[in-house]
Amino acid sequence: MKQKKQIVDPRLLEPAEYFSPGHRACQGCGETIALRLILKATGPNVIIANATGCTEIVSSPFPQTAWRVPWIHVAFENAAAVAAGIEAGLKAMMRKGLMANRTIAVLAVAGDGGTADIGFQALSGAMERGHDMLYICLDNEAYMNTGIQRSSATPYGASTTTSPHGSASIGQRTWKKDMPEIMAAHGIPYVATACPSFPDDMYRKVVKAVTTQGPTYLHVLAVCPTGWRCASDQTILLGRMAAENGLFPIYEVENGRYAINVDPGELKPVKEYLSLQGRFRHLTDEDIEFIQKRVGERFARLRKMAAITSGAETAAGADPARQDVGRS
Amino acid sequence: MMPHAQRVGMEVSVAIAEAVQLADADVIAAYPITPQTHIVEHLSELVADGKLDAEFMCVESEHSAMSACLGSAAVGARSFTATAGQGLALMHEILFIASAMRLPVVMAVVNRALSGPLNIWNDHSDVMASRDCGWIQYFAENGQDAYDHTLIAFRVGEDPAVSLPVMVNLDGFIVSHMIEPIVRVEPEAIRGFLPPLRLAHKLDPDKAHTMGAFAMPDYYTEVKKAQDAALRNSMGVIRKAWEEFGAMTGRYYTAVEPYKCEDAEVVLLTMGSLGETASVAVERLRGQGKPVGLAKLRLWRPFPSEDIVRVVGGARTLLVLDRAVSFGAMANPVVAEIATLFYDRPRRPSIHSVVAGLGGRDVQPREFEEIFERALEAKREAPLAPLGQYELMGLSEQ
Amino acid sequence: MPIGAIVPRPGNASEYHTGDWRSQRPVFSPKHCIKCGLCFVLCPDAAIVLDQEGYPEICLDYCKGCGICARECFMARAKRSCFEMKDEEEFR
Repeated sequence: MKQKKQIVDPRLLEPAEYFSPGHRACQGCGETIALRLILKATGPNVIIANATGCTEIVSSPFPQTAWRVPWIHVAFENAAAVAAGIEAGLKAMMRKGLMANRTIAVLAVAGDGGTADIGFQALSGAMERGHDMLYICLDNEAYMNTGIQRSSATPYGASTTTSPHGSASIGQRTWKKDMPEIMAAHGIPYVATACPSFPDDMYRKVVKAVTTQGPTYLHVLAVCPTGWRCASDQTILLGRMAAENGLFPIYEVENGRYAINVDPGELKPVKEYLSLQGRFRHLTDEDIEFIQKRVGERFARLRKMAAITSGAETAAGADPARQDVGRS
Repeated sequence: MMPHAQRVGMEVSVAIAEAVQLADADVIAAYPITPQTHIVEHLSELVADGKLDAEFMCVESEHSAMSACLGSAAVGARSFTATAGQGLALMHEILFIASAMRLPVVMAVVNRALSGPLNIWNDHSDVMASRDCGWIQYFAENGQDAYDHTLIAFRVGEDPAVSLPVMVNLDGFIVSHMIEPIVRVEPEAIRGFLPPLRLAHKLDPDKAHTMGAFAMPDYYTEVKKAQDAALRNSMGVIRKAWEEFGAMTGRYYTAVEPYKCEDAEVVLLTMGSLGETASVAVERLRGQGKPVGLAKLRLWRPFPSEDIVRVVGGARTLLVLDRAVSFGAMANPVVAEIATLFYDRPRRPSIHSVVAGLGGRDVQPREFEEIFERALEAKREAPLAPLGQYELMGLSEQ
Repeated sequence: MPIGAIVPRPGNASEYHTGDWRSQRPVFSPKHCIKCGLCFVLCPDAAIVLDQEGYPEICLDYCKGCGICARECFMARAKRSCFEMKDEEEFR
């Protein structure tokens, strides 16, 4: 079923920049494009807990900060736990009359390392406990800030500094860990993937996620020209290609109901996408064929999930996988 | 004069939970680990029964417990957790960040031996492994002490002139699981003693700022210097809080509590529950006319140098008890501090390091008597180990 | 030293002019511009603002010269991108 397209007129977007220029990100950084958009969607009534990583480092070189909203960085693996504590603190204080009741969105922001690897435990715990928070993974597909080492979100076949391709290795030997599916399995009310290459869709999803009660998760593909070894002006192009070739499907799961938001119909071949990035340069035709086949299978599965769940109710509590159910 | 206060027999862990309830904590984030469990279990009961209005987070590890407490403290919520042994070790990296960020979290540490091998019983290896973390660290001797200092911890840590996290240590099982007579503080009294938390640098959309920026080499040193100064300067507020608490309850605490030290030739310094055991030995020996005394060190960080010097006085010999070993080191944690304290002083006692009670091994008053006797011996037939080595009390021949 | 090494001034990173990093810069010409605003949305460094009429203005203090505006300009599809990336040397 086709999603109604919501067009966001850039000229009507919040002009204020809650993520200021002067940050130290590389030319063409996908994370920073995402962050600008995210903060325009949330507005200033937000508190962010950020894990160690590219975003954290480029945005907070003491005594400077690019943040124009309240922001805290504690460590690498605990963005979700810190955000959960913030949420609990605000909730308790408002309930006890220690602070005025007001709407403050609580966000956790982390990279793929801080989400799928070292931050996995804290994320799972926070989602299971049902905190009213939005967790955003800015996925540049490796530990970029420390020098392009692999994470479990690094795609199959990519060459990184700890999974370099060589005569005895293809590079990354395992398929990208499917974090959105893992989050959907937690039964949280809203899970979505997004990419700044589709700014309308991403903006809509951020708004939806922050206004949904309970734990929500947004997985954002953040193209990284430095780590992916592509030109700095190809950030948006590559994100678009990844959505259209199925390597990074843009979809959402609302109370268990799947909907593919960017449906290319027939998947575009992965070859052109891979050929634009130095990290895949070593792949053989067989490797590319293998990737092509598997992408097709996975996208077909996603289509099946959308079809199976399409008749389902999206009302809160409808998802049988939902964790926080019943009387509290 | 205090109105007659009722003593109630209760398990110390439960008393600590009730202190947290009295302090009206806002957020409790905790992970269970023996022998801390009764504290957090009772707290969750209080919350479930509507007797404490707080968010009780059953976090999925101790690392997340401390991380969540940092988050809640950062928005100005009164935050509490408790742990022991491996749990303290697991949250280790976050401890340093809590104090660096000047966030007033209160934590009860039910001291438990660090693995390996796994041992759930009491010693101080857990807290000693974290001694440099920048927290205010206190050692309670018994249940009343632990209950009182849970309240004092909130008062001190949250004081705007301090704004630091506070650890209240109590010996696992030996203190935590004992039923002791506890005098509780009345709710009306606590309101005057413990004002609401007003964190000046809290996260607030109306006053946006950044916490936890990264610091290059040109800034890090100055940040650390400021942090060290903050911990040292907290001494003034700690003393003031003890005064206020004393005026409220009649129980006055000090950094070091002397027991029969006035004319002592040999003084033993202990921390935690071993103080009570040692006091029995001191009592017995004094009954025989032997000039021994006991210094019970309560405040560990900031280190109360002058108080120790005053209590030790003119003693010729100072025995320093460590309930933890610093492997391969010149000195175990407590004796290292004490030796440094007296090094430059014109009048300094002969200092000897004694280790006892590792992994919950029982220590009898008789064993303290023996070590006092050896210290008193004029002929030095069984001289005590010199600094650089230590006496391991109660070692069995295996 | 602010307590806990906080940074009390929001967005003061803007005191640091990343424009110095540039080796190429976008040069805008309004001829084909349809004022879609995509360049404003997609600039990683918020170096493009939309003026009163909706045309982009590039803030050279921050522009790192990544080239995204030139490539993603709506009119680039018709090979009429409103931005041309030029070597920074030309402007010294």
